[in-house]
Amino acid sequence: MLQAAAELVQTTIVFATALVFAMLGGLVSERSGVVNIALEGMMMAGAFTAAIVTHFLETGSGLGSAAPWIGFACAAVTGALFSLPHAVASIAFRADQVVSGVALNLLASGATIYVCKILLDGAAQTPTLKNVFAKWAVPLLSDIPYLGQALFIAYPTSYIAFLLVAVVWFVLYRTPAGLRLRSVGEHPEAADSLGIRVHRVRYAAVMISGALAAMGGATITLTTTSNFSHSTISGQGFIALAALIFGKWRPAAGMFAALFFGIASALKSVFQVHGITDSIPVEFIYMFPYILTVLVLAGFVGRAVAPAAAGKPYRKGER
Amino acid sequence: MNGFVRRPFGESVLIPAASVAVGLLLGAVIMLAGSYNPILAYGSLFSRAFGDLYNLGETIRQITPYIFTGLSVAFAFRSGLFNIGAEGQFIMGAVAAAAAGILLELPWYLHVPLALVAGALTGGLWGAIVGWLKAARGVHEVITTIMLNWIALHLANYIVRSALLEKGMARSRYLHESAWLSTPDLTGLFDNARIHYGILVALALSAVFRFLLWKTRLGFEFRAVGFNPDASEYAGINVKSAFVKAMFISGLFAGAGGACEVMGVFHYQTISSAFPGYGFMGIAVALIGQNSAVGVVLGAVLIGVLTYGASGMKFGAGVPEELIHVVIALVIFFVAASGIVEMAVQRFRNRNGVVQEHGDASGGR
Repeated sequence: MLQAAAELVQTTIVFATALVFAMLGGLVSERSGVVNIALEGMMMAGAFTAAIVTHFLETGSGLGSAAPWIGFACAAVTGALFSLPHAVASIAFRADQVVSGVALNLLASGATIYVCKILLDGAAQTPTLKNVFAKWAVPLLSDIPYLGQALFIAYPTSYIAFLLVAVVWFVLYRTPAGLRLRSVGEHPEAADSLGIRVHRVRYAAVMISGALAAMGGATITLTTTSNFSHSTISGQGFIALAALIFGKWRPAAGMFAALFFGIASALKSVFQVHGITDSIPVEFIYMFPYILTVLVLAGFVGRAVAPAAAGKPYRKGER
Repeated sequence: MNGFVRRPFGESVLIPAASVAVGLLLGAVIMLAGSYNPILAYGSLFSRAFGDLYNLGETIRQITPYIFTGLSVAFAFRSGLFNIGAEGQFIMGAVAAAAAGILLELPWYLHVPLALVAGALTGGLWGAIVGWLKAARGVHEVITTIMLNWIALHLANYIVRSALLEKGMARSRYLHESAWLSTPDLTGLFDNARIHYGILVALALSAVFRFLLWKTRLGFEFRAVGFNPDASEYAGINVKSAFVKAMFISGLFAGAGGACEVMGVFHYQTISSAFPGYGFMGIAVALIGQNSAVGVVLGAVLIGVLTYGASGMKFGAGVPEELIHVVIALVIFFVAASGIVEMAVQRFRNRNGVVQEHGDASGGR
């Protein structure tokens, strides 16, 4: 029983890692006042970049186990660049941020497979990677019975993700940059009157958002699936969005929400291993995060309030 | 939140047409970068879409659901609501029609309308949940529709798996033929393409869309609420009830689309882990069509031709068909961004003439 629980926790952390990255991405963007429903597309861009770069490095350069790290870094850069159309449309041209997000998601689903087919002679998915991240065991701590296995044997990306939660929290609440970001998202006019460059802050936020979400996508190809296909990212970006809302746009709470939703995926995978998916309607496990998010928004389970200026384009000098 | 939703919609053809042109042009540039021949590619796209009767029938089959979801999104836009949930409403409509077509046995003249109405109503109710959550609990419709899409996807799978399943298959049983929207006469006419009478339902509903919005009191209320909910409230319109009704009607359109798809094309409902994508494309259709009935039909034709013809690009010019998603995404970007440009022009004109102070920035509160 304890053994099963430890396994479940370990699997939960694997699934939650990608959600934590993307949730943080959504958080940075939305706290600056730019709604981001394009997390899914940004994750797709990251997942694809990580897979394709790692594939070419391991076949062409013989980098071996360093290849996934470079793929991971390239994913972050690609994510930041890929988020630019969303940033330009919604910040400079004051396009509807939801429409622009929908367009970016569509762009990602088309562009990734298009580029994939060009680079791989028509193959719609990358070959299975030989070098992906291996789990790290924290010395000593991982020797603790059960608890060690549950918490201290994990992919390096998981440690990075949870570290980033602390970093984002610190920057957001304890540094001038974080104060600027939040003020731009709550009251851009007031922020502007104090000399904060609203548009510049928002551009930075959206690009960081893209990088973080893309790292989340990269995590999935480099730890879970070992390749990229059209179905590698199927809804994780929206679960991350749900986690963001369920965590009420706060880093730590969002992390717990991501972990909580990660259990849903972990349970499904544990059920499949033990062959009991027939007796339990897995569909309800899938639905769970979304139902919960609707209930939270409706105020049936606590109240979630978005940043005040989220979704509103800012035009200097307009009241 | 949706600045452009409240934009007074001049029946401008210019912006969507220009956006489509620029989108296709950029698509050509991308093809050139991949050393493909764009003229050959677009040529083979159109000859795939219109080349022979079979393909023409299939193109119409592809256009049909886009009209439904385009109407759904456009109707919500007109009422000041952003319905990203046409996808979920479409799925719920499909599964309800499938259930009605499988579980009931009736003569066709009862079965077809009944299954269609079951699908439309279920889609409508799925939309009304969103309207109610907005009216009663103040929840923004964008988030609820996104969440309800996923709930619909899994709920539909559950319903098929637990009540309608064909043994050993990942799909439902076949609908009784009395609930089919396709006939051998029609498909025979198009060389066995999967064209069905849903296209007539779609065109009829676009007429209903136009009539409802422009010739009825209810439609006037919806449009008033879409322009300015505060002023509408002040003028005595029950804005909250308008939200619920508008989302219900919006969902009706999408639900009817799902019903027609299952009754006309497949005659069964599959268990799927991914969205069919018609609802999301409906957003593109509504934007290109500037939320008018005629515009939606034209937008649906365009998107239908592009997405169905895309496979022709692969055979004719070697271009991966996914390129067309890139093109459509670019078109959406341009329509969205240029809509704002148009608004800026409008405002500039107003400033020089009539003084018009309106707060699109305060609309989301």
